[in-house]
Amino acid sequence: MSLPTKKKIFEVLESVRDPEIPALTVREMGMLRDIEIDEDGKIIIHFTPSYSGCPATDLIKVDIMAALQEAGYKNIEIRDVLSPPWTTDVFTPETRAKLKASGITPPVETTSDKRLLLSPGKTVPCPYCDSNKTELLSSFGTTACKSLYRCLECLQPFDYFKCH
Amino acid sequence: MNNNLYQYLLQLGDNALILGQRLCEWTGVAPELEIDLALSNIGLDLLGQANQWYEYAAELKGGDATPDTIAFLRDAHEYRNVQLVELPNGNFADTILRAVIFDTFNLLLHEALTQSSDQRIGAIAARAVKEIGYHARYCKNWTLRLGGGTEESHQKAQKALNDIWDYAFEALTPGPVDHWAKEAGIGPDLEQVKSKWEATLQQVFHQASLQIPKPGFVDRKAKSEGIHTEHLGYILAEMQFLQRAYPNLQW
Repeated sequence: MSLPTKKKIFEVLESVRDPEIPALTVREMGMLRDIEIDEDGKIIIHFTPSYSGCPATDLIKVDIMAALQEAGYKNIEIRDVLSPPWTTDVFTPETRAKLKASGITPPVETTSDKRLLLSPGKTVPCPYCDSNKTELLSSFGTTACKSLYRCLECLQPFDYFKCH
Repeated sequence: MNNNLYQYLLQLGDNALILGQRLCEWTGVAPELEIDLALSNIGLDLLGQANQWYEYAAELKGGDATPDTIAFLRDAHEYRNVQLVELPNGNFADTILRAVIFDTFNLLLHEALTQSSDQRIGAIAARAVKEIGYHARYCKNWTLRLGGGTEESHQKAQKALNDIWDYAFEALTPGPVDHWAKEAGIGPDLEQVKSKWEATLQQVFHQASLQIPKPGFVDRKAKSEGIHTEHLGYILAEMQFLQRAYPNLQW
């Protein structure tokens, strides 16, 4: 088979999704930092884990390996890149739209926003009806990266992707 | 091996692991489903952080050391967490008051560690600090609700604070390894951390209408000499059971 190229590997990995947020690929999640091909043709995946305790991290690495092996690549290393740390600031408008379409409100702030840790009340709009009349049900939700809200207009409960 | 650095990483990792293990004891029995989710999630974040510190420590130690051998094959006197985090959960107020005291310290510590002269420590702290900030806010909000809630919740919160206040200072009292870390630019000056910690807690407890007690016996040496309360042994007995009973068992 032909030698790996960065572009081809990125294409293969477009099929790898975050098991806890299947609407997004690992690239869109910001966990796939870069791909390096060394002189021996070894594929080095620069991987940035999200939450310290995210139980999906190991599974995502297995999925990355599996996708590449299925595409015929053998010499692969997944290298953890901790710095700079993972952040939701990398979400593109396209990524945010995908989150919203899957019923998850994307982060309403960026981490440079210092009010983040202090402000009690921020407006988190409902991903279904766009109403701003919502309330926090639980600071910790279905996964480490989300909290749980309820829309007071359409009464639908929904996930909010925490700003991180 | 740089033993000071190794010990410093154990302090960080052991605090996270033992508090994480304690918080996960609430799984399934917390007062509300939302609290159950919260304490389990916080515990999970802490276990993940402990794993990061232990990975670094295991690389320093070399040989066959892994995060698992560090977590599961050390005895109580080799643990370097502070006594505060190993205390039993008690009632919900006990757990929250311990958490607000420890998280306030831990947040300030990790904020400082993001500037560490050791790049790897800086990188791990930069990720953890956001999680700890979220935990700290959660525990602060519950402290305000318990302190300013019903007469019973106020009484329980005040009793919780009275009971654990003696344990609060160990983390803020520099031991030999903390002095080394400060000199090396790896960790902060704990005296400075302490003054910020006191100011923050004074504000929180004032808002929660809780009285800060006078500290009694505060000379605790778990993190510097491994002198723990009796409670740590019971935690380890449960946590390490599988690896002790079936050495090298893989999941």
